[in-house]
Amino acid sequence: MTKLTGLMAIAALLSTTAVASSETLRWARAGDALTLDPHAQNEGPTHTIRHQMYEPLLVRDTTGAFEPALATEWAPSASDPNVWVFQLRQGVTFHGGETFTAEDVVFSFERAKQENSDMKELIGSITEIRAVGDYTIEMVTDGPNPILPSNLTNLFIMDKGWSEANNTVNVQDFEGGEITYATTNANGTGPYVLTSREPDVRTVMTRNEAYWGRDQFPMEVSEIIYTPIQNAATRVAALLSGEVNFLQDMPVQDLVRVNDADGLTVKKAPQNRVIFFGMNQGADDIEADNIDGANPLADVRVRKAMSMAINRDAIQKVVMRGQSEPAGMIAPPFVNGWTAEMDAESSTNVEMARSLLADAGYADGFSIRLDCPNDRYINDEAICQAAVGMLGQVGVTVNLDAKPKAQHFPLITEGKTDFYMLGWGVPTYDSEYIFNFLVHGRESDIGTWNGTGFDNDEIDAKIESLSSNTDLAARNADIAAIWRVVQDEALYIPVHHQVLNWGMAEGVGIDVDAEDQPKVKYFTMN
Amino acid sequence: MLSFIVKRVGQSVLVLLVTGLVAFSMFTFVGDPIDNMLGQERTMEDVERLRAQLGLDKPFVVQYFRFLEQAAQGNFGISYRQGRPVAEILMERAPATLELAAVSGVLAIVMGIGLGVFTAIRRNGVAANLIMSISLIGVSLPTFLIGILLIYLFSVELGWLPSFGRGETVHIGGWSTGFLTESGLKALILPAITLGLYQMTLIMRLVRSEMLEVLRQDYIRFARARGLGDRVVNFRHALKNTMVPVITVIGLQLGSIIAFAIITETVFQWPGVGLLFINAIQFVDIPVMAAYLMLISVMFVAINLLVDILYAMIDPRLRAAS
Repeated sequence: MTKLTGLMAIAALLSTTAVASSETLRWARAGDALTLDPHAQNEGPTHTIRHQMYEPLLVRDTTGAFEPALATEWAPSASDPNVWVFQLRQGVTFHGGETFTAEDVVFSFERAKQENSDMKELIGSITEIRAVGDYTIEMVTDGPNPILPSNLTNLFIMDKGWSEANNTVNVQDFEGGEITYATTNANGTGPYVLTSREPDVRTVMTRNEAYWGRDQFPMEVSEIIYTPIQNAATRVAALLSGEVNFLQDMPVQDLVRVNDADGLTVKKAPQNRVIFFGMNQGADDIEADNIDGANPLADVRVRKAMSMAINRDAIQKVVMRGQSEPAGMIAPPFVNGWTAEMDAESSTNVEMARSLLADAGYADGFSIRLDCPNDRYINDEAICQAAVGMLGQVGVTVNLDAKPKAQHFPLITEGKTDFYMLGWGVPTYDSEYIFNFLVHGRESDIGTWNGTGFDNDEIDAKIESLSSNTDLAARNADIAAIWRVVQDEALYIPVHHQVLNWGMAEGVGIDVDAEDQPKVKYFTMN
Repeated sequence: MLSFIVKRVGQSVLVLLVTGLVAFSMFTFVGDPIDNMLGQERTMEDVERLRAQLGLDKPFVVQYFRFLEQAAQGNFGISYRQGRPVAEILMERAPATLELAAVSGVLAIVMGIGLGVFTAIRRNGVAANLIMSISLIGVSLPTFLIGILLIYLFSVELGWLPSFGRGETVHIGGWSTGFLTESGLKALILPAITLGLYQMTLIMRLVRSEMLEVLRQDYIRFARARGLGDRVVNFRHALKNTMVPVITVIGLQLGSIIAFAIITETVFQWPGVGLLFINAIQFVDIPVMAAYLMLISVMFVAINLLVDILYAMIDPRLRAAS
């Protein structure tokens, strides 16, 4: 069999004319897309499947840099700082043969702003979107918005005529019981066309030979068979037995085994996700501890001591089997505002942690409950267990309460936990996103994931000014200043950056993408 | 007789209603579905709006009555996770589970009775003792471990059988079947063994002990004294008389094969209702959980009702007592 494939490869190389290869990518990961409706769910695996069939105006390549997709150029308008101008690609058709024009973009953005849309917050700053001719779009924002393009990389464009003809002008409404045509069918401009789909079972896509970038990208995969396999052991077995040739969500304990297996490789890269602990410093007294009438976490010395107690190298080595990068700040390394110096600021020092606690009046320590998810991050519960032992060494007795993500996350957003684990990815690749959700004081539409009770008006004003500051140097200086406060306040205890692992059969060529979103058009097969 | 049946049906409906109430009171502890349904960029207003829209702001009793009201009209709601009607999803998933349950059921019954008779007749034989020892594995090893071991042996090491999924299926009307394709049949083997092994060993051990009991009876001795052949004595006289308790157990186990296919389906990524239920729990997909639990309880209540009625028909004393 290997010989035969080898011969075929040689034959393909020798032939002068390009041979249309027929290579099937049998792809498995833990979860399935929740829907095909382009704007109904803002979730990783769902976006990943859409990316094969639909396209946004611009995408990120495997390194995280912008790459033109349906837009060829974009820039702020010279005359009005509140306007972004996008030049659209010409000669693009949808799978159904419809021509792509500016009216499709206007339609799709307006659809994505509907109440049922899950994407509306990302484009909340856009007040008006208008077509200027067939291939130019102007987006008006409520103030200058220097990082608008970062918010558009998962905002997919549908055909207006197709949506109207199939009655899918509105985003699917769960409670209304609407089964729109778009939840089970797809008509995008993307490199692959939907052939069949059974939710949670199998999704099959075939190569779009009429794709505008057919010659520009490798596009060596002619057919994609996507199968979710939930059980980790079964998933790995499917790769080992050759039933699938590309695997996401590799369990860390099987990495060595897969890498050692004949004909299989594992590729890794840092992921756009940092794991950390949050502490409620805002309350006068907290419920989860054994100290009455005071909140030990309100004292910065206590927070620093707890951070010093965490031995990140040990967690990396023992819990993560090397599959993590110890972190000193809660920004992944690709993000604007991340610095190597700040990311190296966490240190482990049990002696100093003890003396800091003594200075703060907790020489005998205290006890506190740690809330932790057990099905969300890689080895999340095991990390928490390790932290329990490490904090115990400096006198902080931790009671671990680990539960499924559906029970854990509401504790944070509803302010019912005082000490918790959280992970954060930054789809915009800019610190403003982190500040908006994790540092800004909690209000109904901002600071929603800030469970620390930290609320500093000066910092809040600075964060709010970031979104409209077009002077990038001044903006970056503000970002650095905010980070300095976050670090000095020990607002969070950074643990590590997650590392992504993709398993693949030899011959499948792709670089790991920091957002865990493989785009099959980049794959090579030989 | 009629009043007995009416009474029993009334009790069954009561049991169903209470089961549903208990299920709904548990849903509040599973977590908050809103968290999974909206992305991390959501605002508090979004959360409140969706919660009100789904009726999750109401007490569970109110949610339960709303569910009953709609279920009575044949509407089981919309899945939070898939955004499709639950009834449609269940119909789509049921064939996979029923086919798997049927194959494992047949496997368990045929192999269970056959091996049970064999081990009873050859009580002291080496083979019978070996089978008895091995059967301990079937009773004591957890299902997921058996599944993983089978996958490791037959998929990874030998490469004979697929490790996951249902293979190619053929659609006949609204039913998708894996019986008609080679890959579909191949895909059935490992999950069916995994699911049926426990039931098989259970039936085998039961048949064996019943059989040993019967073989000691006087009429068997007389039959042998009359010079009847082994085959006639063992199968016509002995086995027939062991079947009454065996059939009762088989009937009850049939329900649990369907209900507890959850673990086997998870290990083999078998696209049935069990896997659907596990996904629903993780996502806090309340409409799917509610419909599945009600369906399973209807099934169990119906089996028990049927057994009760059958007993009453067979044994008039039960009728009199009630």
